Amino acid sequence: MPLLAIAALAAGTYVFRLAGPLSGNRLRVPRRLQHLLSAATAVLLTALVATAALTQGHGFAGWARPAGVLVAGALAIRRAPFPVVVAAAAATTALLRLAGIP
Amino acid sequence: MFIILDMRSLWRTLDRGVLRDVALVCLADAIVGASFGAITVSGGLPMWVPVTMSVLVFAGGAQFAAAGVVLAGGSPAAAVLAGLILNARLLPYGFTVADAAGGRWWTRLMGAQLITDESVAFTLRQHEPRRRRAIFWACGLALFGCWNAAVAAGAAAGTAIRSTGSFGLDAVFPAVLLALVLPTLADRGTRHAALAGAVIAVASTPFLPPGVPVLLALAGLVLAARPTRTAPDTKPALEVR
Repeated sequence: MPLLAIAALAAGTYVFRLAGPLSGNRLRVPRRLQHLLSAATAVLLTALVATAALTQGHGFAGWARPAGVLVAGALAIRRAPFPVVVAAAAATTALLRLAGIP
Repeated sequence: MFIILDMRSLWRTLDRGVLRDVALVCLADAIVGASFGAITVSGGLPMWVPVTMSVLVFAGGAQFAAAGVVLAGGSPAAAVLAGLILNARLLPYGFTVADAAGGRWWTRLMGAQLITDESVAFTLRQHEPRRRRAIFWACGLALFGCWNAAVAAGAAAGTAIRSTGSFGLDAVFPAVLLALVLPTLADRGTRHAALAGAVIAVASTPFLPPGVPVLLALAGLVLAARPTRTAPDTKPALEVR
């Protein structure tokens, strides 16, 4: 990831952050746009989860990785502590690979 | 010096329970930050990338998204675009906490960088102007310190990891993101949009350059166009950065 890309992301992010504090309380973001932005966040992150869990390059990543992510998701829904969720994902995937499942 | 004296009076206006909550959130974020550092470095990025990114961007979700696109072989442009779309939510946050960021122009410039899901969520819980300012700065500065220290530590540890596959570390990245995004899927419209987007992204992965399928997932947003009454979406989730 080149420095220029990091700088561009940082600059754009800072502009988003600064608009509110600089304008004081004169402007308001419409409720509809707020809803759309928070939904866009959820959509992008979920798509990232799905592609990172299931795909490698242009193909299928194998069963071990999505199985680990699935275990993590089940634990997260049951409100398991965050470190447990992370460790369970890695352990599940590692054990399945040890058993010969790619 | 002036800031330090100012901060000490700010601390006194906050009670113990709130400070304990801030500490717990800092701890949770430190674990996410350490994972970010370790995953990016063990994935093949040089150590300065996660460290620089964390100081300058300081938004966990966008950092994970951008690094994830690059690690999957995507173009830097796609990575920047994904990160910026995620961070667009900081725009309404800025308007919500503008009063807490301060009155002078230079405190606004500094305070703006401290706007995160967490600092905004804590600030929204306070109503008195002095307390709003105190919690915004306390939470923002504490998180900035913890997050960056944890990312650096994780990145340093990541250099020691050679075989990511046999340790199952490739499952950690999607697992961390899933744990972060789950609370935001409580709203039905958002959940449907997210699921549709995920299907679009996975189905298009074999045919499109890396990074593009994730952006294409935004087409799922048509399912979330109408805000539902049950979900107050002005309130940021504490768990997601």
